[in-house]
Amino acid sequence: MDSNLGALTIVFTEFYYWVTVVFMFLIHVGFCVYEVASSRRRNHLHTLMKNVMLIPLVTITFFFFGWWIYFAFQNGPWITGGLISAPFAEPWSPLMSTHLSGASPHLGVEAADAEGWHRINGVFWAAFLLFSWTAASIVSGSVIERIRSGAFWILAVVIGSFAWIVDAAWGWSAEGWMVRLLGYHDAYASGVIHAIAGGFALGVLVVLGPRLGKFDADGNPRPIPPHNPWFACLGLFLIYTGFWGFYAACNVPIISPEDIGGLIEGETWTATNIYLGPTTLSAITFNFLMSLSGGLLAAYLVSKGDPFWTFSGGLAGIIAASAGNDLYHPIQSMLIGAVGAIVAFRMHHWVERRFKIDDAVGAVAVHGYAGFFGVVICGFMLWGVPSSPYEGFATISPWGQFAGAIIMFFVLGFLPGWIVAKILNAFDLLRIPRAVELIGLDFSSEEAQAQAIADVRTAEAAMLRR
Amino acid sequence: MSTNGYESWAIDLGNVGAIYPFQGGEVILVILGLVFWIAWHVIQFRQEKADIEYDMEHENDPEAVRRALERY
Repeated sequence: MDSNLGALTIVFTEFYYWVTVVFMFLIHVGFCVYEVASSRRRNHLHTLMKNVMLIPLVTITFFFFGWWIYFAFQNGPWITGGLISAPFAEPWSPLMSTHLSGASPHLGVEAADAEGWHRINGVFWAAFLLFSWTAASIVSGSVIERIRSGAFWILAVVIGSFAWIVDAAWGWSAEGWMVRLLGYHDAYASGVIHAIAGGFALGVLVVLGPRLGKFDADGNPRPIPPHNPWFACLGLFLIYTGFWGFYAACNVPIISPEDIGGLIEGETWTATNIYLGPTTLSAITFNFLMSLSGGLLAAYLVSKGDPFWTFSGGLAGIIAASAGNDLYHPIQSMLIGAVGAIVAFRMHHWVERRFKIDDAVGAVAVHGYAGFFGVVICGFMLWGVPSSPYEGFATISPWGQFAGAIIMFFVLGFLPGWIVAKILNAFDLLRIPRAVELIGLDFSSEEAQAQAIADVRTAEAAMLRR
Repeated sequence: MSTNGYESWAIDLGNVGAIYPFQGGEVILVILGLVFWIAWHVIQFRQEKADIEYDMEHENDPEAVRRALERY
């Protein structure tokens, strides 16, 4: 830290990302609440554990290799260049640990390596990690009540510590090849988190198959009601709350012109998006709230006041506007959010009827289709706007955004999900047996609990007789 | 051509104000927003009326009323 102002900026940035991580925890509380509530009671504890255990698995694998991928893969590799050296992100690096601002030459860390990274590596890693958890949690809800937990946890590592972070390297970094060549713009991750996770979930669902009883003999879908509908809505409400942290974490809170390679002229420091283009926290606060509102209002009407779909529509609204929420006018965000919610609702039900896809919570629609739509509409709304302050990068365009949406949803989303699910299925590891699905995943724990309750009651009754 | 008027971010941000797309169309946006808001209320009232009419059809069905009361 070579000056007090520099030190203050780094410490502020460290604290800023730390706060966003705490907020983003609420996304995962929300996912647990809404998935458990959406399941039938006989599966609810397994549903909870399936979602919770992705947390440690994605955490450790993101430490082992996910963080390194983000920096190393920004050229593809082999699209705009080779693998990029990122020693500070290698799991054996002293900078991936408790390290102060000085050098550790005996461990190969020079002064220039330590500067900055000693402070922000952990919190920056953690902010990205919470996005990784989110990608995996999105998939978790759609596959409840019939996937084997072990299979889901393999899939969680694939989407959370590999596929999404590759897409982030490509399209959610200041110099990723998709930004350079396609002008890809996705400030709050419509594509890089939501479309890819929705596409991945769809790839898994195609192999996994529907729950028993989901479709009648004529192929018409039956609703399988949540065992606690209002808690499912509360879970979505908690996700909205955590989403604030997500939005703040997608920004760089403050940066000087010197730190953007001197490309920005003058002396004005600014908050930026991940691409180092200007935005403000105030702008995203306007746009988050207006796109949420557009989504809620539209979803309430199109679902005729269905609580679950209204809350889901609010989320779809935010997701649809997220790609360009760093720059949109708030009323533009509201209208895009409204359309995104309608797209999600209509597409979910059409895909369910037409292709017999059983997405238990509508995750493919809310995240996948709304996210895809969000990336594409951004190409029209921000057509010609620079994707970056770097010279020579493509500007934002409808074709660049469409290509990006295809890469996110299909290439890095659907395809890996389908392939890994096929492999797991080939080894009979993907789906629980029919008999277990009928009696419920919690059967043994429910039996054990009932026995324990009976034992305690017997003992208490005996005490009363004395 | 750029929808927000900027073709490069390699500029002095001290001279930059509005950065949203289609500047100059704010009044149209407000009108669209107001129309969306009012239309929402109109449609919602119609949907609610249909819900109430459905519920009223069961007013004279003692079994349905009994089930509703038992649900608490």
